[in-house]
Amino acid sequence: MLRIACPYCGTRDHEEFSYFGDATQAYPDLGVENHDAWVSTVYTRPNPRGIHSEFWQHTLGCRRWLVVKRHTVTHDIESVVPAAQRSVA
Amino acid sequence: MTHYSAWALLRNALGGHKHWDRAWRDPEPRKSYDVIIIGGGGHGLATAYYLAKNHGIKNIAVLEKGYIGSGNAGRNTTIVRSNYMMQDNTAFYEHSMSLWRGMSQELNYNVMFSPRGYLYVTMSPSGHDAQIRRANIMRLNGIRADILSREDVMKEAPYLDFSDEARFPIYGAMLQPDAGTARHDAVVWAYARAANALGVDIIQNCEVRDFEWSGERITGVHTSRGTISAGKVGMAVAGNTSPLAQKAGLQLPIDSHVLQAYVTESIKPIVNHVVVWSASYFYFSQSDKGGLVFGGHIDRYNSYAQRGNLANVSEVSQALVSAMPSAARLRVLRHWGGIMDMTPDGSPIITKTQVDGLYLNTGWCYGGFKATPASGWCFAHTIANDAPHAYNAGFTLERFSQGRYIDEAGTGPYNHLQ
Repeated sequence: MLRIACPYCGTRDHEEFSYFGDATQAYPDLGVENHDAWVSTVYTRPNPRGIHSEFWQHTLGCRRWLVVKRHTVTHDIESVVPAAQRSVA
Repeated sequence: MTHYSAWALLRNALGGHKHWDRAWRDPEPRKSYDVIIIGGGGHGLATAYYLAKNHGIKNIAVLEKGYIGSGNAGRNTTIVRSNYMMQDNTAFYEHSMSLWRGMSQELNYNVMFSPRGYLYVTMSPSGHDAQIRRANIMRLNGIRADILSREDVMKEAPYLDFSDEARFPIYGAMLQPDAGTARHDAVVWAYARAANALGVDIIQNCEVRDFEWSGERITGVHTSRGTISAGKVGMAVAGNTSPLAQKAGLQLPIDSHVLQAYVTESIKPIVNHVVVWSASYFYFSQSDKGGLVFGGHIDRYNSYAQRGNLANVSEVSQALVSAMPSAARLRVLRHWGGIMDMTPDGSPIITKTQVDGLYLNTGWCYGGFKATPASGWCFAHTIANDAPHAYNAGFTLERFSQGRYIDEAGTGPYNHLQ
């Protein structure tokens, strides 16, 4: 069981949360018609063996979107921040 | 190499089983090979075998970072089936079924392929309709499929929960009678032995760390046992695909997730089919030793750890008991996790890459075991001819940018939902 420290609700089991994958891709502006930019945003995954930046939504709690930095081998969680405050690479 | 037969068994029994040959050699890596396959799992070894057998390439090495059978080849639930709807998948997996049927004879190794039937149990009229549609598409492609009513299911699998208290009342089922199971370790050992007999070097404890380049072309690999050059390099490394492909400059649409599987203590034969319990995507069968082998969904967050979390243990155990209440007091003997290479559409990738000299076999999500023979067969064809066979022509990397998804589940570009 992962224990995720929700900034709003405190530390909870990961079963309260929904996972939405990689959080490192910046979306192009909506007017951008560059096909490759959208393909990269939608499909390319860094999938690191190490620290992974990922979206979780606290579905059974405050329903806020969070970005969790977690190690994909040890599952140690480095940080949890509200998604709106994340820094996009 | 000893030909395995009843006579060989008898002769060796009389000799106290002290004189069996090694199943495959343990060679030192040579300086150079025509083709190097990275990954000594079922897919990698099958690729090497078909490269040697179908395409006459003899100078081949398979590099395995651990030992043969230590990865996903030994971490699956041994299910073999071809109940697919999308055209690319249907043809490919049915080709795989045809190779499964002849595998024990062809490889001279008993892989215990047991076409005991795959029973997909439905819980609702809409779920049942979806299976009728699937069965009709399978039949149009020449794959046998039967639709069963609740009463039919009761005859086929009377141990399922047909009581009035059932949390998920059974509505009906789809049966693929030609599907079943095979012994996973035997499959990987059989391909290793057969490839070795055709001259393939199987090199264990040899981890590939980087690629050797000549200009824009990959011409070899740097390994824990030195640098080895190669005319062509094929990758079949499942969950470790992304980090290795990144060393070749490829950014892939793959996420690595852990899938757990479980086996209980042995009981007398009762479960005759592979049963899928559609209430929670849960599947189980009974091994020839008597244990119930079962599994569910991936853990749903990226992971390279070959172990899973207890939330999933709890979920699949509940599913087992809801499907088969008499299993409630069985003890789980073992459970394990394997790292799955999940794609955005749930279908695999077998292709020549944009990097010269590099070929890619990945994206098996959690359906790689049943694909083992066809995956190797098609990957060998792709490597030997620099072009895909019709069976894997759709399994490209470009399909995502071209909108040619093979999205069997139709869940959108979310790897963790496939």
